[in-house]
Amino acid sequence: MAIRFPSDEWIKELSRLLNESESYERSARDWEGDFLFIVEPDSAYPHTAYLYLDLYHGKSPSAAMLESPEEKKAAYTLAAPFSTWRRVIEGKLDPIQGMMTRQLRLQGNLMQIMRYPKAAKEIVTCCSLIPTDFGD
Amino acid sequence: MWYFVSPQIVFGEGALEALGELGGRRALIVTDTTLVRLGVAERVRKLLERAGLEVQLFDQVEPDPSLQTVRRGAQMAREYGPDWIVGLGGGSALDAAKAIWILYERPDLEPAAINPFIRLGLRQKARLVTIPTTSGTGAEVTWAIVLTDADEQRKLGLGNRENVADLAIVDPSLTLEMPPALTADTGMDALTHAIEGYTCAWHTDLTDGLCLNALRLIFTYLPRAVSDGTDLEAREHMHNAATCAGLGFGNAMASLAHAMGHALGALFHVPHGRAVGIFLPYTIEFAARTSPDRFAELAVFLGCSAAGGEEGARALAGAVRDLGRRIAFPQSLAEASLERAPYEAALERLVENAFNDTQIVTAVRSPSYEELRELFLYAYAGRPVDF
Repeated sequence: MAIRFPSDEWIKELSRLLNESESYERSARDWEGDFLFIVEPDSAYPHTAYLYLDLYHGKSPSAAMLESPEEKKAAYTLAAPFSTWRRVIEGKLDPIQGMMTRQLRLQGNLMQIMRYPKAAKEIVTCCSLIPTDFGD
Repeated sequence: MWYFVSPQIVFGEGALEALGELGGRRALIVTDTTLVRLGVAERVRKLLERAGLEVQLFDQVEPDPSLQTVRRGAQMAREYGPDWIVGLGGGSALDAAKAIWILYERPDLEPAAINPFIRLGLRQKARLVTIPTTSGTGAEVTWAIVLTDADEQRKLGLGNRENVADLAIVDPSLTLEMPPALTADTGMDALTHAIEGYTCAWHTDLTDGLCLNALRLIFTYLPRAVSDGTDLEAREHMHNAATCAGLGFGNAMASLAHAMGHALGALFHVPHGRAVGIFLPYTIEFAARTSPDRFAELAVFLGCSAAGGEEGARALAGAVRDLGRRIAFPQSLAEASLERAPYEAALERLVENAFNDTQIVTAVRSPSYEELRELFLYAYAGRPVDF
């Protein structure tokens, strides 16, 4: 059954898939830094949503949808309108190209991010494995 | 949505004279000691001085330039205050020039923090000219910067599309001194750019044609340039081919052969072109199993196979190997005289670094850790990839 995006269930499913992914574990073995994904409103989705994903040494210890960004102080934030997130999850927009064209806006220690491109790709691969309901 | 970036390009014999048209007061030439010894740096200096510029030289760029080197160059730039940075040399000198320019403009940045996700705000203090003296890297027209973190023994893929040069001067007369082995290595680098630029996941309609033309020129003229370095026609076409391939892959991406080549180069200091050129046919064969179509198109384009699918892709790998044999280019790492024991001892490190190289994300068949390990072993032994 498809899982609604964005939702607490969806981000927890991503966390579960990352914990099962050997490829992600290999590529993010030394990674330290949690993420806050900000889903901004647009014509397809009228709300702002905050999805928190903890990532540490190749695993994802926790994940949750937050009521407010103040609930967790994440090392990185990645923000984009709902429809851009949808294109990433559906594999129509490479997230690294999205960041390079600033369709996805990344904040945090970018020097660190540049050292883990494969891990970023593995996260998106896991996103694409989630049967997602975009509320159409 | 995507971008195509390019400097203004002056090319052909006599292009170097374009330096005489630069305005400004001061130029900093970023180069290496070999080009100083050969008198090329002096030739550039005189042209700049004739244009009325004061000139200073930073000639400390080493092969696989380090973060420390570009910090030193940026310090010199800050003290001197140039309004032109002139990169002169192969890929190492040109990449160092880009990084020195950025750090001169943005002293708040660490070199490893030069990334494509931010606005740099360049061109407040200086502009960049790139003058390649080899025909391979395409660094004169790309915004990519590869620097080596000596502490981690790892190459870092850096850059931002703002740091593409303002002017690239592509003059084939500068390549006449290249010895055959360097011509072969750098030519195979250009070939790898053309093939990976065409086949990577980020290829575009605007880059495909450049890659195809580069491929055609390289297959035609590289053997001539290697066998007779004074063949100016071959030199000119190879110089243009490298620039075409640079525009092609620089506005798309490279791929798996580059990820593996960067890992090898950082640990064993194999010249970049030789490293990526050796890995290229193995990575084509690896992709052939699941994603052969773009490779097969290239085989058809070159006239080496009419077959599509895996057979066509494997024919391309065969054509790359044949070209290599014609120019005495090693077919494997063993043939390149890399010692087996230290290579095997470093294998996990090689795999780890290639796995986390920026170029791997655009591979059309993404290798697992174990598959990558096998690819390194097959490329060492010269064994065609069968998995």
